Amino acid sequence: MLKFPIYLDYSATTPVDPRVAAKMIPWLTEHFGNPASRSHAYGWEAEQAVEEAREQVAALVGADAKEIVWTSGATESNNLAIKGAAHFYQGKGKHVITVKTEHKAVLDTVRELEREGFEATYLDVQENGLIDLEVLKAAIRPDTILVSVMFVNNEVGVVQPIAEIGEICRSKGIVFHVDAAQATGKVAIDLGSLKVDLMSFSAHKTYGPKGVGALYVRRKPRVRLEAQMHGGGHERGMRSGTLATHQIVGMGEAFRLAREEMAGENERILRLRDKLMNGLTGIEATYVNGDLEHRVPHNLNISFAYVEGESLIMAIKDIAVSSGSACTSASLEPSYVLRALGRNDELAHSSIRFSIGRFTTEEEVDFTIDLLRNKIGKLRELSPLWEMYKEGIDLDTVQWAAH
Amino acid sequence: MAYSDKVLDHYENPRNVGSFGKEEEGVATGMVGAPACGDVMKLQIKVGKDGVIEDAKFKTYGCGSAIASSSLVTEWVKGKTIDQALDIKNTQIAEELALPPVKIHCSILAEDAIKAAVADYRKKHPA
Amino acid sequence: MSFAPVYLDWNATTPLDPLVREAMLPWLGAAEPVRFGNASSRHEYGRQARAAVDEARARVAAAVGAHATEVIFTSGGSEANNLFLKGAAACLKPGTVAVSAIEHPCVREPAKQLQRTGWTLKEIAVDAHGVIDAADWGATLQAKPALVSVMLANNETGVLQDIAALAAEARKPGAWFHTDAVQALGKAELDFRALGVNAMTLSAHKIGGPLGAGALVVDKRVELAPLIAGGGQERGLRSGTENVAAIVGFGVACERAVAHRETEAQRLALLRGEIETGLAALGATVFSRAAQRLPNTVFFAFGNIDGETLVGKLDRAGFACASGSACSSAQPEPSHTLLAMGVDPVVARGAVRVSLGRMTTADDVARFVATLSRVVEDLRKLASVAG
Repeated sequence: MLKFPIYLDYSATTPVDPRVAAKMIPWLTEHFGNPASRSHAYGWEAEQAVEEAREQVAALVGADAKEIVWTSGATESNNLAIKGAAHFYQGKGKHVITVKTEHKAVLDTVRELEREGFEATYLDVQENGLIDLEVLKAAIRPDTILVSVMFVNNEVGVVQPIAEIGEICRSKGIVFHVDAAQATGKVAIDLGSLKVDLMSFSAHKTYGPKGVGALYVRRKPRVRLEAQMHGGGHERGMRSGTLATHQIVGMGEAFRLAREEMAGENERILRLRDKLMNGLTGIEATYVNGDLEHRVPHNLNISFAYVEGESLIMAIKDIAVSSGSACTSASLEPSYVLRALGRNDELAHSSIRFSIGRFTTEEEVDFTIDLLRNKIGKLRELSPLWEMYKEGIDLDTVQWAAH
Repeated sequence: MAYSDKVLDHYENPRNVGSFGKEEEGVATGMVGAPACGDVMKLQIKVGKDGVIEDAKFKTYGCGSAIASSSLVTEWVKGKTIDQALDIKNTQIAEELALPPVKIHCSILAEDAIKAAVADYRKKHPA
Repeated sequence: MSFAPVYLDWNATTPLDPLVREAMLPWLGAAEPVRFGNASSRHEYGRQARAAVDEARARVAAAVGAHATEVIFTSGGSEANNLFLKGAAACLKPGTVAVSAIEHPCVREPAKQLQRTGWTLKEIAVDAHGVIDAADWGATLQAKPALVSVMLANNETGVLQDIAALAAEARKPGAWFHTDAVQALGKAELDFRALGVNAMTLSAHKIGGPLGAGALVVDKRVELAPLIAGGGQERGLRSGTENVAAIVGFGVACERAVAHRETEAQRLALLRGEIETGLAALGATVFSRAAQRLPNTVFFAFGNIDGETLVGKLDRAGFACASGSACSSAQPEPSHTLLAMGVDPVVARGAVRVSLGRMTTADDVARFVATLSRVVEDLRKLASVAG
């Protein structure tokens, strides 16, 4: 039995895995202590649970538990990493580098630094969504103190060359931050070998709860941060605020499951994604956005030419997908990520991000293929642009009566 | 976006979708909008010898409201003279479909499509 | 835990209210109908999440007499306090920021940080009862502060400040007045408009809600810069995917806490009276007893008995209480609040906080008083032998 709408928006958020929920509930109810309470067992057991979760998160990414700082989510982690490092190291220079296709949490934070007097370079990406290492090298200046590049893009799923960027940054003594919100459980991450100094994580993109994330802060060689949230001195002074035990326990369990199951799960998801891709690219005049080789198996982003984006979304309301990043989809702006990949506004508007996850079934994929074929066909029947395309008219040469 | 029932009806069951043969007698075409703006409407009218619009067809690239607005005007122009067709105002379209403020431009585009089709007819049939 | 100690540390955190739990479970995937959308998504899953967040926002607002659009959800009270102080300061020319000497570290520390960007910090003194000192308050007003933050109820002593009067005076010369109402919510009467403050901090886990949710209630005239930039959630003042489960829980907890406040306040005041009678018989000092206090809080000390030791003994005897505020209890320094009140550091080292709540029974309190007498007698005997 299919449950409608079919959820294919795992990159926006994932359901909490029932096994994760089962671990969380006791910490929400009978074990309700404040982990900072040092004078009674309610506090001690909460603290112990928090530390066990810290080990679990560290284990997924090859880090030491002491390098994990809890936050309220990847957005806060990105803010803490970028502002924290930039403020701490501003004596060495005031130039930061990031990429045009980063998440808003990174781009807006860098913009804030610019308002404070920092300088920023926003790197272009290639048509496949990947950054060109030579372009990065050319952007580095003597006063560059921080580079921030996301591991996996949230819209097109491409995997950036983090290891190579890490080598470049380390050789120049530049702090390297990676937003890995979309990467955990999807690509192998080994911070023992990657030369990454700061890495942001989110629980709710990996079958954990919302409201919790973490920041990896390297100890060897040590990276320093200026705290952004001040108070009781929790998290070794890097992030004050009472720790939400149940959420942290949930993130630990979610990351433990990811570590155990990702190999098999990613194979299954890749098969489903490829089936979906083959089914949809069979439709005429469709374009896959982003590199297919350097890409997580979960993501498929396709532009359907000659149909308009909003009517497309309306036509496929039996599936829950995203026509841009979840955070910007309230506005009608075309996706800045797809524009950075060189897609024009029309194609950007008529793009759909399908993101597949742990609970996606083959039946759901089959339904989706049929639905899209049917609805794209119907909308193109309605589309004067499709008619002109079929008549062999080059739409770029048409003089539009713009209004 | 919450659409009115009338928009949904026209979107699900658009009236008079299609195109006339270009060389058919009395056919005039109005094409308005631009792909970059997110809407393109093509409205065709087939005008009889007596100056009455006998038939109309449309194709629209655009949101549900744009599709509904153009579908609606194909119904409205049929049986009207071209002068009467020019009296159709965007406000009537917007009211009929209960368009929200952010979608008023769809009704304006539909009105423009009528004007463009009539202008094309007059160009081909100078009085 | 092999047995559950009697929990007498409700000012640190509270157990989850069963109705709050029920409301949250679907959002944690632990009860039907399972809900999990991202509130920013435009599809049905997202719309459900958005509706739940909006409903919770209305509940929180109603609980404190504010408008829903004045509620900004945060990850907790600490973040809300940071957001007000740093966020408002970022939109003003550096001037004077005045905070009371007994604020929680998450107000004091951000205020100290502001000094690095050219602000002058004025710490407002309290008197021996822990109430804002009238003379020093006058001096504070003379300094024409741009930002003032005074907590409504102190987490350790439970002392209530006359926030309405302070806010009215501070706002006359043009200050933005903020109050940390984390401990007051659900325990004292709380009305954003009647208090006349510009901003107010709330927290879910102090009122039977979950850890992980709080709010800054803020009057729209106050210009704020966000602490956390990104997707533009919470009117751009707090980015990050909404923690729907915790926010839903916060909403229900607010409604419950306010509904039961008056009857609970009477009940808890009587129970606390029992404890204070016992304490008097044992010769304890009860701090701030002469001041207006929260009905559930008693902060006390015995001469010559170390607070940590006493709390440890009580814990082993089955009673969970605190020797200071939870956040700073890792540090051996005596309570900052007591030192600000001019209490001798030697006496302050003996301080123990007992805070009661919805599940505290008369029997719990009777057993606590009996156990406390026994433990104190034992410790005194030991001391006299050692002496």
